[in-house]
Amino acid sequence: MADEVILLDYWPSPFGIRARIALREKGVEFECREENLRDKSPLLLQMNPVHKKIPVLIHNGKPVCESMNVVQYIDEVWSDRNPILPSDPYQRAQARFWVDFVDTKLLKPADQLWQTKGEEQETAKKEYIEALKILESELGDKPYFGGDTFGFLDIAMTGYYSWFEASEKLANFSIEPECPILMASAKRCLQRESVVKSLHDSEKILELAYKLRKEYGV
Amino acid sequence: MADEVILLDFWPSMFGMRTRIALEEKNVKFDYREQDLWNKSPILLEMNPVHKKIPVLIHNGKPVCESLIQVEYIDEVWPSKNPLLPSDPYQRAQAKFWGDFIDKKVYASARLIWGAKGEEQEAGKKEFIEILKTLESELGDKIYFGGETFGYVDIALIGFYSWFEAYDKFGNFSIEAECPKLIAWAKRCVERESVAKSLPDSNKIVEFVPVLKKHIGIE
Repeated sequence: MADEVILLDYWPSPFGIRARIALREKGVEFECREENLRDKSPLLLQMNPVHKKIPVLIHNGKPVCESMNVVQYIDEVWSDRNPILPSDPYQRAQARFWVDFVDTKLLKPADQLWQTKGEEQETAKKEYIEALKILESELGDKPYFGGDTFGFLDIAMTGYYSWFEASEKLANFSIEPECPILMASAKRCLQRESVVKSLHDSEKILELAYKLRKEYGV
Repeated sequence: MADEVILLDFWPSMFGMRTRIALEEKNVKFDYREQDLWNKSPILLEMNPVHKKIPVLIHNGKPVCESLIQVEYIDEVWPSKNPLLPSDPYQRAQAKFWGDFIDKKVYASARLIWGAKGEEQEAGKKEFIEILKTLESELGDKIYFGGETFGYVDIALIGFYSWFEAYDKFGNFSIEAECPKLIAWAKRCVERESVAKSLPDSNKIVEFVPVLKKHIGIE
């Protein structure tokens, strides 16, 4: 019996994109269902009652929540192709550590870049660049965080890469002069087929961010 | 060559307790090194330069940081004894989901119970109980969160139980009255040797809280 794979998603989400990329890396057919986060569907509320957030992967009727948890699950279920996590336990622990770093240290300033202005936004910019520099140092001279191959941490970061252009315009700064090596890796990731197919136009993301800022009175 | 396993830890840490328990479950001999968090050692700063936090597991000279990542690592390196995570990918994803929930929610609300006063403290208490009730509902009628076997989610949560007496005292309420099933689960866990060896006495935590408050500069 063929797998039924549904992804409850929201097009600009840096978290939703991670799940899309992982599914495409594995060549898995899936149905993407767009959610209106201001009017959440009964299915979303049923499948993620605890957090009520996207992405939710529904595999043969059973939900998996939290984006990097979804990515790991996809890697384990479709383990016969394009491994996302390394096979060595120590390397796996390092990949998980850095994904945790990204989602604890980069997340808040990334949000504040488009949600705030003035001094608050300046502080967010500073914290954002600091976190990116630490990541760049971890990248070293590897083409990807995963080494020669696009992997777990690259997928996590691509969510943020998809918002780079919009963030730069909203907060009036440029990431490349601060983190040229990371930017080179970001460009590589943004050109991968699985990513190109999963990405939405930067212009559309920027438009949405401006709209939301206006609504929040920023 | 025998494994060299060192754990940089701090006795009251509910996060450090997770790693202690996982190592004990696997019968792994380790060198426990108590850290002074207000005077961090060179080895701690070298092995966890990013966060400078405990616990840090150092396996044959290489550090692994973040407690739940350590638990998963321990399970993968010593797979033959007492599996901590299920083998089925879906069950594993569920276990990780609940571990993540515990990490995101429990500490922050619990901190308000001993660290705040008045309305803030009341809000913390209320949220804490709500979170425990969600966990209690997830536990259901199972012996452990993993079902018949003690595992990852039990390990993620049980360290907090050593702080419950302190929460009761400083919050002036009774967790047991609100969440009796969860307390029953905790008492089952504490009967396990790995847990009994890894959790400090509750009364020592009660004594520690004023010391902690002084260190972080709150009344």
